[in-house]
Amino acid sequence: MYAYDEIDRTLVNERVSEFRDQVKRRLSGELTEDEFKILRLQNGVYLQLHAYMFRVAIPYGTLATNQLRALAHVARKYDRGYGHFTTRQNIQFNWIKLAELPDALEDLAKVGIHAMQTSGNNMRNVTSDQWAGVAPGEIEDPRIWSELIRQHTTLHPEFSFLPRKFKIAITASDHDRAAIKIHDIGLRLIKNEKGETGFEVLVGGGLGRTPFIAKTIKHFVHGRDILSYIEAILRVYNQYGRRDNIYKARIKILVHELGIEKFSREVEEEWQHIRNSSLQIDDEVIEDIRSRFTYPAYEKLPHMPDELRQAAADPDFEAWRKNSVAPHKNQGYSIVTISLKPIGAPPGDATAEQMDALADLADKYSFGEIRVGHEQNLALPHVAKRDLPALWKALDKLGLATPNVNLITDIIACPGLDYCSLANARSIPIAQELTRRFANHELANLIGRLHINISGCINACGHHHVGHIGILGVEKNGEEVYQITIGGRADENAALGNLIGPGVKFDEVADVVEDIVEAYLALRERPEELFMDTVKRLGVEPFKERVYATR
Amino acid sequence: MPLVNGGKIADDSFVKLAVDTPLPEGGDILVPAERFIGEADALLKRAGKVGVIWPNNRDIAELVPYLGKIAVVALVFPTFRDGRAYSQARLLRERYNYRGELRATGQVLRDQFVFMLRAGFDSFEVKKQADAEAFMQTAKRYSVFYQPTGDGRITALHRRMQLRHSEGVGT
Repeated sequence: MYAYDEIDRTLVNERVSEFRDQVKRRLSGELTEDEFKILRLQNGVYLQLHAYMFRVAIPYGTLATNQLRALAHVARKYDRGYGHFTTRQNIQFNWIKLAELPDALEDLAKVGIHAMQTSGNNMRNVTSDQWAGVAPGEIEDPRIWSELIRQHTTLHPEFSFLPRKFKIAITASDHDRAAIKIHDIGLRLIKNEKGETGFEVLVGGGLGRTPFIAKTIKHFVHGRDILSYIEAILRVYNQYGRRDNIYKARIKILVHELGIEKFSREVEEEWQHIRNSSLQIDDEVIEDIRSRFTYPAYEKLPHMPDELRQAAADPDFEAWRKNSVAPHKNQGYSIVTISLKPIGAPPGDATAEQMDALADLADKYSFGEIRVGHEQNLALPHVAKRDLPALWKALDKLGLATPNVNLITDIIACPGLDYCSLANARSIPIAQELTRRFANHELANLIGRLHINISGCINACGHHHVGHIGILGVEKNGEEVYQITIGGRADENAALGNLIGPGVKFDEVADVVEDIVEAYLALRERPEELFMDTVKRLGVEPFKERVYATR
Repeated sequence: MPLVNGGKIADDSFVKLAVDTPLPEGGDILVPAERFIGEADALLKRAGKVGVIWPNNRDIAELVPYLGKIAVVALVFPTFRDGRAYSQARLLRERYNYRGELRATGQVLRDQFVFMLRAGFDSFEVKKQADAEAFMQTAKRYSVFYQPTGDGRITALHRRMQLRHSEGVGT
């Protein structure tokens, strides 16, 4: 956990007071809606279909229990009793009143939570691996660097009015859970031959209308130079990124139009000017940030406690354990993923009661810490294995023990037409129907790892391009039509999915997914061959044939 | 449109010339970039100060040979969501050591003052009278800054190092 010091607290309070003044000026008519729009976006406030939507940052996906309780409090007091976890380690409240927003922000500020730059054309919430600090084999905790970059990108005087939004993600594991290759800047923490920390820097990834997988711009940037290198990228982007067309304004388009070689030369030239400046960070600065992260005092515990051995006789427990519990770097502990994808419900939602109860469980079983992942699930990062059976029972009572993590019903979906003013089609009802079709755990388990991602418009908030099965809702002649892709992925082997054929109607989507899954089950060489691998081996064709043969 | 200079509302001695406005005999003038580059020698020879209005899509490095001779560089915010001039301002101050007046023009509202001050602007053509009047109050809104810029304000990281060292002395 990172604990704010007086300096961080002061800044957040100053920001809240500024926003209170801005809201006051808007309500009095001193600010026009057009002027106010950018100011509210910089504080995470969108105007949606029914109401204002409020997006709160959960930097690098780490929450303390008092922070989760504060989010529950906001859901209860200012919203309709629930919140929606997004694909970028944020939480959204969908029914907030403008006049109450400053109070909500003030309540959150008390526990070190803010909503700065969760929307708008600026540097967004810095995201990282939700298993940071506990994943076996991790090089070092990427949150130290995430926090450094969070601070540096907060209220940046030069880059708060960029051509378009700008997202940075960091991973320090071989297996990339932070989806760095679909970010404007992706950082992969590595060590050089001297054992010094640095980063492989990737640039120009992103989804939306024109999806790109990020390209490596520099194979190693030393940790002490990372801020100046990011600053150089941003300065080139701020000056040369397109501002004439919102759909061509992301850095991925600039990188694509210039080519990665020319773009990297521009950045290199700029970087040489600024790398030996006050942007250079020394070890002491890093140590200072590290010192404000607290780590649990782990006990020495057996690898296989009796409690776990006994619980293994319960098939329901085992079903949950097999997909929700992951190895921890410390013996005797586990990382527990908490599915926010119950059958028939919108993906990523949690009620205030669930958040409060989960905070209690985290205090009891996870050293007071909760994590948020881009898959719209939560995690308890430090659970003693002996506590797993008790935790499972408690989660089950809360409706938080759906045994579907990484299975076909663990769907990523944007809010879609039910909430969002940009959407062309519904997303949540598609997700709900799919979870019902595959509600049978035996079947889902037989299918194995399979990610379905759903977006209700081309902006791709549901990351459909990188779903193993991607579903994109568009509007055609006043009707919702869904385009289906297969073969996408968001991890270290990130790839964009391929279209299987013409779009299908709302009512047909679940049938088509069933056909694809049946085709996969028939085509796979052995049960261990995952959907992704079958698609890679055979390509789109056999799936396309199956889906369109009868349509 | 009120001008804020040195933290308070001030008279603007500069007259803005278009590309084809006849050159006045005397007095201070602000000239568009292309005219300035084309007629620099003639403009700089006359009595009265000269400033240049530099668009946000033109390389600011072109201005470097003239920086010691001009009194004002006016950078442009066509809308307040277009932030290119922040980069130009920092380059002028931090890379090219420009010490003259650096003026923000265009859609300049109070909500940008802190960013602009940090980027090196010291004068502001403010769109609304109320914003101009609120300048000093708004400029003091923040006391914590995470990024080092040429304005010399102490950053959070730096302040923490000072705190660490002063604590170290005590123990």
